[in-house]
Amino acid sequence: MRVSVIQFPGSNCDHDAFYASELQGWTPTMVWHKDTDLQNPDLVILPGGFSYGDYLRCGALAKFSPIVGEVIKFAHKGGLVIGICNGFQILTESGLLPGALLMNRSLQFICQHQYIKTMNSDTAFTCSIPQGKVMDIPIAHKEGNYYIDSDGLKRLEDEERIIFKYCDKEGNITEKANPNGSLANIAGICSEKGNILGMMPHPERAAEDIVVSHDGKAIFHSIAQFFASHS
Amino acid sequence: MVKVKIYVTLKPSVLDPQGAAVTGVLHNLGYQNVRETRISKYMEMYLDDADDNTLKTQIETICDKVLANPNTEVYSYEIVRENE
Repeated sequence: MRVSVIQFPGSNCDHDAFYASELQGWTPTMVWHKDTDLQNPDLVILPGGFSYGDYLRCGALAKFSPIVGEVIKFAHKGGLVIGICNGFQILTESGLLPGALLMNRSLQFICQHQYIKTMNSDTAFTCSIPQGKVMDIPIAHKEGNYYIDSDGLKRLEDEERIIFKYCDKEGNITEKANPNGSLANIAGICSEKGNILGMMPHPERAAEDIVVSHDGKAIFHSIAQFFASHS
Repeated sequence: MVKVKIYVTLKPSVLDPQGAAVTGVLHNLGYQNVRETRISKYMEMYLDDADDNTLKTQIETICDKVLANPNTEVYSYEIVRENE
């Protein structure tokens, strides 16, 4: 499986995403944001970080990088795209996913382990994860407070496009378990066709046994399983 | 050359945690009559002069595409010429 990890000036989870892809036995390639060749991937990863220093708004300037135009074309053709943290912000800014990521309710940068609940197991990114499964996936962001207008939220709910919600260890989706003020505890959503996932938590930081949580592996395993059954 | 003052503000429906924090501090300082504070962005842009309609079209395109996020923000602007 070929993976293109997009590097922007200010990306800092690009090597983690590359490494996590290698752990799956995939073939990752780093693609610079000024390139216009996506290198024929099966999966594109928009990694975390601070593209363009998060100037103006997180992800607002990255969306004009030449490679993002190619990512948009790839996504519109049904290609698999996962945006993690800053990658999620770039996906919303570029219009590939609805809504926006605002500053955390606490105004603080939050770096911690976080439980999230799998709300929909019928996607390319969650097909090997049981519905309702609680996973411990780290978060590290200051602008992860997901916002969408009420019509948009209803549409996400009706179309089962909310993939992950923040929860406590037992899987209760409560205000207390919401780290950043996200509307409806939203931690990750997918596109209408299900081929684009944006999520604030970092599965690539929980993708091998030597780290505290390896729950992120389930997301990579799902992608592998989906790819194997669709190729 | 013409100067454009651009104000990008959060939509009223969007919570502003920074503004809420500032309001809390102002209340602590005794300014109990402060009902709400909203933090916004102010930008100055300098352009080659042109007629107002041309400028307005360009400024609005720039705001829609780059400077403001239509999901969460609205914008307004003023065109200022030095001799005005």
